[in-house]
Amino acid sequence: MRSNTRRLAAASLAAVTATALLTACGATSSGQGSGADGNTITLWTHNAGNAGEYKVVQQIVKDFNAGQSTYKVKIQAFPQQSYNDSVVAAASAKKLPCILDSDGPNVPNWAWGGYLAPVDLSGSQVPLSDQLPSTVGTYQGKTYTFGYYDVALTMFARKSVLQANSIRIPTIGKPWTKDEFDAALAKLKAGGKFTYPLEMGTGGAGEWWPYAYSPQLQSFGGDLVDRSQYKTADKAMNGPAAVAWGTWFRSLVTNGYMAQKSGASPNNDFLNGKSAIEWDGSWDAATNSAKLGSDLAVLPPVDFGKGPKIGGASWQWGMSATCSNKAGAQAYLKFSRQTKYFVDFAKAAGTIPATADAAAQIPGYQPGGPYDVFSQEARKFAVVRPVTPAYPFISSVFEKTAKDILAGADVQKSLDQAVQQINSNLKTNRYYAG
Amino acid sequence: MATASNPTRGTGLRRVPGVLLRIVLALFFAFPIVFMLISSFKPDQQIFKDLGSIRAFLPVGHVSLANYRGVFDRVPAMRFLMNSIVISAVTVALGIVVNSMAAFALSRMRWPGRRLLLTLIIATLIVPFETFALPMVWWVNKLPWLQFDGSHLVITEGWLDTYRVQILPFVANAFSVFLFHQYFQSIPKELDEAALMDGASWFGVYRRIIMPLSGPAVATVAILTFLPMWNSYLWPLMVVQDEHLRPVMIGIQYFFQLNVSWGQIMAYSTMITVPVLALFLAFQRAFINSIASSGVKG
Repeated sequence: MRSNTRRLAAASLAAVTATALLTACGATSSGQGSGADGNTITLWTHNAGNAGEYKVVQQIVKDFNAGQSTYKVKIQAFPQQSYNDSVVAAASAKKLPCILDSDGPNVPNWAWGGYLAPVDLSGSQVPLSDQLPSTVGTYQGKTYTFGYYDVALTMFARKSVLQANSIRIPTIGKPWTKDEFDAALAKLKAGGKFTYPLEMGTGGAGEWWPYAYSPQLQSFGGDLVDRSQYKTADKAMNGPAAVAWGTWFRSLVTNGYMAQKSGASPNNDFLNGKSAIEWDGSWDAATNSAKLGSDLAVLPPVDFGKGPKIGGASWQWGMSATCSNKAGAQAYLKFSRQTKYFVDFAKAAGTIPATADAAAQIPGYQPGGPYDVFSQEARKFAVVRPVTPAYPFISSVFEKTAKDILAGADVQKSLDQAVQQINSNLKTNRYYAG
Repeated sequence: MATASNPTRGTGLRRVPGVLLRIVLALFFAFPIVFMLISSFKPDQQIFKDLGSIRAFLPVGHVSLANYRGVFDRVPAMRFLMNSIVISAVTVALGIVVNSMAAFALSRMRWPGRRLLLTLIIATLIVPFETFALPMVWWVNKLPWLQFDGSHLVITEGWLDTYRVQILPFVANAFSVFLFHQYFQSIPKELDEAALMDGASWFGVYRRIIMPLSGPAVATVAILTFLPMWNSYLWPLMVVQDEHLRPVMIGIQYFFQLNVSWGQIMAYSTMITVPVLALFLAFQRAFINSIASSGVKG
């Protein structure tokens, strides 16, 4: 037994020593940077499972690889829901790809966190100045990302329902005021046909909350943070305008206009006639149009006092800071900035093309077309989410606060608490300086 | 005859409430699976239209295989299934060997510190995986590996994007060691002594005496190892970037795009649930026996 034990101990020691040596050998062999093996460059996209948009990415890569012989781009696709987690894990393992896409609001955080590097896109076929401002990701005066499209929040309704209830159909030039909107909801509720006349997707989670509801807060006159210096959320998120928003938001539930938590598929509920007005995005326009035809009314957002507002910035492309072949990554990004790809993306994803030239080539998006309203909304009403590395934190705080308010929490106290949390985060991170 | 038949009928009648209760309970647990299966044949709008009525559980309306076709268009489903089968099966096989050997040493052999070691192993159960997942990513990214590169044996660094990174960290499992240990304790020690007297080695005792008597424990560990491996999501999300190596649970995220396709989600969920159900049905008797004998509640 003793000799067995000694043998076992010796074998274990040898195994541990070998592992340590091998680890040391391996460590010395690791190179600097990531995302490229020589001139073979890795590209990550959030489009796994999203066939339409993914095909466009594949086409651009195919064209780029065929059009020159210096670089070769290789695609890795990830599902959107888990994409950010994969990027964060890769960043911690120093395994980021060279080219990657990012949801617009995350760009400042990823730039500050050292995930993204500034890009020089001069000499591209499409100049940056031609793009909708919300489709260019900047941080501290530098351009980090660009997108081929944006999306727009909007309201959908049935013309027949609005007309039957003598409700004015609003236009971009004359949107509903708060009083008009409240009166419309009261009429629809009183009609008895709809248990909840308004559908705002309150069963959603994550980024949907700030994307969908912070523009309403901004239209009331509040905001997620004081954007003058990004050092406090005081007054912006808990001032009288913000309290007015919170009180109104909660009243939608107490008045029975909206479910505290909507179903799993708000758009299907709208199409099935369960709700009269839906606060949704341009991405559902084609489905709704196909189902409702000319009865579909696409309505601009409500003006709660400070003008109608919608969220801006969708998925955008950039280059990682650790990319070991930045020249190749930039060559690809520049190559991809061709009007035809802007057109292809917008067609495939049913989104708003980022340039006027692209819009002119897409049925429905030409001036006067049925979807031109989305381009106009994006141009006139879009507010990008706060351009600060703190945004992911602010976003999660806002989601929790808005949910608390909807569930009946005291509005002022909830907003004060949110401000306290955000300010504490800003202070702890030294206001994300540098 | 009449007096003889009354008690029988009485016993039968007395059983009716119990049987009814069991039927209700069975339906209660079966409804989500039935709903998933039936919805997998319906278009999205109909799924939501049928909610709130018994139609949700009936194959009525526009029933077709379109969702299943959609699944294969959207996700490399067969590849993901095969990956999960390989990862789960290899982990289960290795886990049974490694953990039973550890439990055997802790349970049957006498050596100083074994009780302390068992306590330490069990203590690791209180640490949630999420708390050390990120450090573990860093660690596996530094681990070396030997592989053939043409004609040479080379040392590579990092296990990311491999099958082994999804398998090896989960082979040794404290709960499995504990289960085996508890089960081995119920086997009489005299069997070991008799075998050792007859010239068997400790490995012989383990292989020829203990393991053949531990069928229920093996089945339980197989199921309890298989399920988390099959449902594994966070770890592969962090360590696997190559689509060809992803398991089934990552696949479900492919359906959550701007327009969520619920019919396809139901079809995909049905496809990935069937193997788990089949495995449980195959092992359920041994599973229940082992759980009952080890006094462990699932």
